[in-house]
Amino acid sequence: MTIQQVEDEIVEEFSLFDSWDDKYEYIIDLGKRLAPLDDKYKIDENKVRGCQSTVWLAAEYKEDGKIYFTADSDAIIVKGLISMLIRVLSGRTPDEIINAPLTFIQRIGMTTHLAQTRSNGLLSMVKQMKNYAVAFKIKNSQLQ
Amino acid sequence: MQVAADLQKGLDVYAIREQFPILKREVKGKPLVYFDNAATSQKPQVVIDALVNYYTNYNANIHRGIHTLAEEATAAFEATRDTVQKFIGAASREEIIFTRGTTEGINLVAYTWGRQNLQAGDEVIISGMEHHSNIVPWQIICEEKNAVLKVIPVDDNGELILEEFEKLLTEKTKIVSVVHVSNALGTVNPVKQIIDAAHAKGAVVLIDGAQSSVHLDINVQEMDCDFFAFSAHKLYGPTGVGALYGKKQILEAMPVFQGGGEMIKEVTFAKTTYNDLPYKYEAGTPNIADVVAFKAALDFMTETGMKKMRDYEHELLAYATEQLEQIEGLKIIGKAREKTSLISFVIDKVHPQDVGILLDNRGIAVRTGHHCAQTLMERFCIPGTIRASFAIYNTKEEIDALVEGLKKAIKLLV
Ligand SMILES: Cc1ncc(COP(=O)(O)O)c(C=O)c1O
Repeated sequence: MTIQQVEDEIVEEFSLFDSWDDKYEYIIDLGKRLAPLDDKYKIDENKVRGCQSTVWLAAEYKEDGKIYFTADSDAIIVKGLISMLIRVLSGRTPDEIINAPLTFIQRIGMTTHLAQTRSNGLLSMVKQMKNYAVAFKIKNSQLQ
Repeated sequence: MQVAADLQKGLDVYAIREQFPILKREVKGKPLVYFDNAATSQKPQVVIDALVNYYTNYNANIHRGIHTLAEEATAAFEATRDTVQKFIGAASREEIIFTRGTTEGINLVAYTWGRQNLQAGDEVIISGMEHHSNIVPWQIICEEKNAVLKVIPVDDNGELILEEFEKLLTEKTKIVSVVHVSNALGTVNPVKQIIDAAHAKGAVVLIDGAQSSVHLDINVQEMDCDFFAFSAHKLYGPTGVGALYGKKQILEAMPVFQGGGEMIKEVTFAKTTYNDLPYKYEAGTPNIADVVAFKAALDFMTETGMKKMRDYEHELLAYATEQLEQIEGLKIIGKAREKTSLISFVIDKVHPQDVGILLDNRGIAVRTGHHCAQTLMERFCIPGTIRASFAIYNTKEEIDALVEGLKKAIKLLV
């Protein structure tokens, strides 16, 4: 599936919920199910700025030419949001990540529903993931 | 007899609510429950009207024109000064300086009094429960002057440890700047005791009244503080305006803050002479409209009745404390003997941010995070709290809604 298709899939899943109560319940559930990050990754370099809660994000570039993200947070809703970002962006090539439109956040109404400060946290996460992709891409081109 | 009976009666919260138009709105499809009053309070219609009326009928620059509008605007602006003077019990109107708010008031003192009076090795005392705006200005001036910043520690209940304060006070202490009521814990500090002890050592005292001015009866002469800073927006008034009180002889001796129009008597390129108090500290065209509306807020409070408001707020605090304490895993941070109507709390295994989001989804506005008091949060070894702060338009039913919302949130999150 392309990034676009996964995004569409998430939007469709959210369309099944009648209320924000249900949406939050789902996001919280995603947060609880996201595998916890190993403590060795919970270091300052992996902290994402711009969040009221603490978010750690680690990225690994594997031999298949794709980037794999792992992340954690001390707040569950944020963790649920990260889980969705990982579902969309993990296991993709740097170019795919850099060019990902990521419209699903808006389409499920997250930007309007979450106050500015909190969605800023979300935007910081997206930015951080894209930064990783750019960094790996540059590193690659230097190796070649 | 009827008057006496009315005075006996408590606050009619439903009549009060009618005066705050914003309380009619819905958030996320639910009636708004506004419990973020310590950040800023909502505004009664009289304050909104005062703003509109000013711009509609007599907007003009003050103190300069001889035309009618300028005279009316000046009169309204200066009337607020008289009202502020009475509201905080200052000896004279010259002692009231209009500022942008508490933050600017504290900065004004740090940059003028501090710059003139602090020398290398001198000491400034603040407390462990200060808002960032009563920490950072002192850090800046202490760094500039090589002065030392000392901090009164806070105990587990969220009260200042006065014995430690007495030990910190020395001949080197030049100024003590402490918060009257903590915005993060609700603690009412024994400022009179602090002021007397500081004066005995020859130090001056600034009181950060951002939170106390709306909840306590303020009398700066009885308190005997040297400076008192507060913001209109926390006491039902507009944003962007506040007042700094300073004792006249101290204000007169201080150097000017900002230079510009209004604050001068005569300007030549060789030398400028400065205006008299309070204008000496009010450079440039001030925030006239909001100063004018500030008076409406103070009048609203006085007319509502200070005692009635205090009693009602205490009733809300007592009720909320009792209700919240029954929630399993909930721990109140800040159990001072004397508190204003504010409750900060944490919940086991739950991040404050998650609770804030879920409460917002039910139309309930609380504050989550460190409340601009990161050093205090460190003291309690927590990243932040959930804070519900109550105003005179809040009701017990709203507190019930909060409790209900919290229980639902905990069920989802844990
Ligand atoms: C105790 C305290 N001091 C200072 C301030 C700063 O007030 P302002 O932002 O109105 O200048 C606040 C406001 O949150 C406060 O609660």
